[in-house]
Amino acid sequence: MTLQHDAVAGRPAAVRPDLHALVRDDRVHRTLYTDQEIFAEEMVKIFGGRSWVYLAHESQLPEPNSFLSVRMGLRPVIVTRDRAGVLHAVFNRCSHRGATLCREQSGVAKSFQCPYHGWTFRNTGELVGTPWPQGYGEDFDRTEFGLHKVSRVESYRGFVFATLNESAPALTDWLGPATGWLDYWIDRAPGGEVLVRSGVHRMGYRGNWKLAYDNAGDGYHPAFSHRSLLEMASRMGESKDMAYFGRSPDEGPMRTYMLGNGHSVIDQRPNYDGPGSFWANQRPQPGRERVEEYIRAEYGADADRLLDLCVGSQINLSIFPNLLIIGNQIQVVEPLAVDSTQLSWHATSIGGVPPEINTIRMRTQEDFPAFGEPDDQANFEEVQRGLAAPEAEWVFANRGLNVPGWQEVGPDGVVSSTATDELHMRHYYATWLDLMTSGGAR
Amino acid sequence: MSTEIPARFADTSSWSYHIGNDYYRELSRQSELLREDWPESTSDELSRATSFLTREARLIDEGRFNDWLELFTDDCLYWVPVTPGGGEPTVEVSHAFDDRRRLTDRVYWLRTGLAFCQIPASRTRRVIGNVETTVDPSTGDLLVRSNVVVHEFRAGVTKAYPGWYGHVLRSSSDGWRIRLKQVNLLDSDQLHENLTLVF
Repeated sequence: MTLQHDAVAGRPAAVRPDLHALVRDDRVHRTLYTDQEIFAEEMVKIFGGRSWVYLAHESQLPEPNSFLSVRMGLRPVIVTRDRAGVLHAVFNRCSHRGATLCREQSGVAKSFQCPYHGWTFRNTGELVGTPWPQGYGEDFDRTEFGLHKVSRVESYRGFVFATLNESAPALTDWLGPATGWLDYWIDRAPGGEVLVRSGVHRMGYRGNWKLAYDNAGDGYHPAFSHRSLLEMASRMGESKDMAYFGRSPDEGPMRTYMLGNGHSVIDQRPNYDGPGSFWANQRPQPGRERVEEYIRAEYGADADRLLDLCVGSQINLSIFPNLLIIGNQIQVVEPLAVDSTQLSWHATSIGGVPPEINTIRMRTQEDFPAFGEPDDQANFEEVQRGLAAPEAEWVFANRGLNVPGWQEVGPDGVVSSTATDELHMRHYYATWLDLMTSGGAR
Repeated sequence: MSTEIPARFADTSSWSYHIGNDYYRELSRQSELLREDWPESTSDELSRATSFLTREARLIDEGRFNDWLELFTDDCLYWVPVTPGGGEPTVEVSHAFDDRRRLTDRVYWLRTGLAFCQIPASRTRRVIGNVETTVDPSTGDLLVRSNVVVHEFRAGVTKAYPGWYGHVLRSSSDGWRIRLKQVNLLDSDQLHENLTLVF
């Protein structure tokens, strides 16, 4: 069909653009990043109305009656554990007049009392009481006034997801082959014990949330967007982590894999060879020489394994729409407005290792948020500025499209390609379009 | 530091052998001291400390980062915690936990001309006040505490970063050197855009 010249800027309020015309095989329309109404619709459908979304990690809710304030799109949500340890998610919105009930980031509470008129709710959502109930008459039924519950909350090995869609597939079906990559990431920690209580870099940029998602699976940008980091890393002579992105990445062994439902992963591990290689290639952290000497002296043959755990996983796993696993960090995409996004980088520590290993993990996890990510986010903001030009309508995602020999189908049906293929964008936009236009439940 | 640094690791702009458990313990002790009540400062100490902070502020605001780097000791730390007040750096990440090597990296990085988040570069001006001083009884270092507001203009946007500094200053043959600069942003644990300016 013919797309009217900037359908959005000039359209009457009642006419909704045909999203099928805005998502094409090789490109997407700029308005997907700039239009308020599309954004409002995404926040309902993509962020919970139809899709699963990541809410929290179970280690952030360590005991019975723990709670955590999060967002599900723009909805304020409290994730809770009840006294038996079962996870729930309720809207952080008093069922009476709408005020948020919980104004703390996290803590322990059996119930929440609204600071406005004192309605009190159990941490599972039921209304317990209202001050001076006689004012509601005799037929007031408390069971009708509980908090709005997020109908489905499921956890995959500590990663808590939720949806308001009763007919969404089971979480493990939605994750599909992504579970295997999550398993790899989780099982790097001895006993699979991952703790998400080591601080959060809450980084904001003035751009659309999908710019972060476009970038997370993008093996094309590092040699350019991260030039400052690569240059800094060569200050003392040898190039370090990520230098392989700068050496004709298409000829290297890195691959990107399409995992269905918009999920994808870049596997950087083929750039490394054997135990100790992650550690050897990491840009130097404060305390590096001391801890290496100590760990090698104390742990001998096991030292390489332990030192590698101080360094990132060497996969970038993107779980649509809002969970990015990069290095050792759990990154959550939190849209604030069509042109404003918070990226929360949750640092992780792990069980089953000497404390010195976790301390160096902290120092490693400070490196990229300081010297890498800000350059990306500056570029996201400049994309948002660039997209203000209505006459230049398209954002291209055509690298690798129809290039012979790039995409391969694996024995498990997973399509892979070289890491600079923009296949990951074409892949997730298919899911995006499906969720925005049809039921999205598959 | 009590730890003997092997000769091959003596250059702390290239090596970081000296940061171990003892270093973190000492940091924790200093950081606690910086939050305690102190007796009233003597006017001489106060005016010398204020003058040091003012000069340091001017070097940063004028973008003279190599000169600024020279103010730090070999075993220095430039620390911008995420957790308000500092938290526990052995198990928590910071915005900056820069030993001499990483601080040298940071200055090098800023000067590559390739850090797009600093093109155009931040223009900053900071105002420092409420300065207090005391002497660390166990090391003789001068402890300085001050309130600060850093104003930044970059890419069409002006922002203000309020907070407080804790400085640990060590006497050397040519004046004080910064052993620890702890930068406590009022909203350190909240959302920040492009936190690549130097505090």
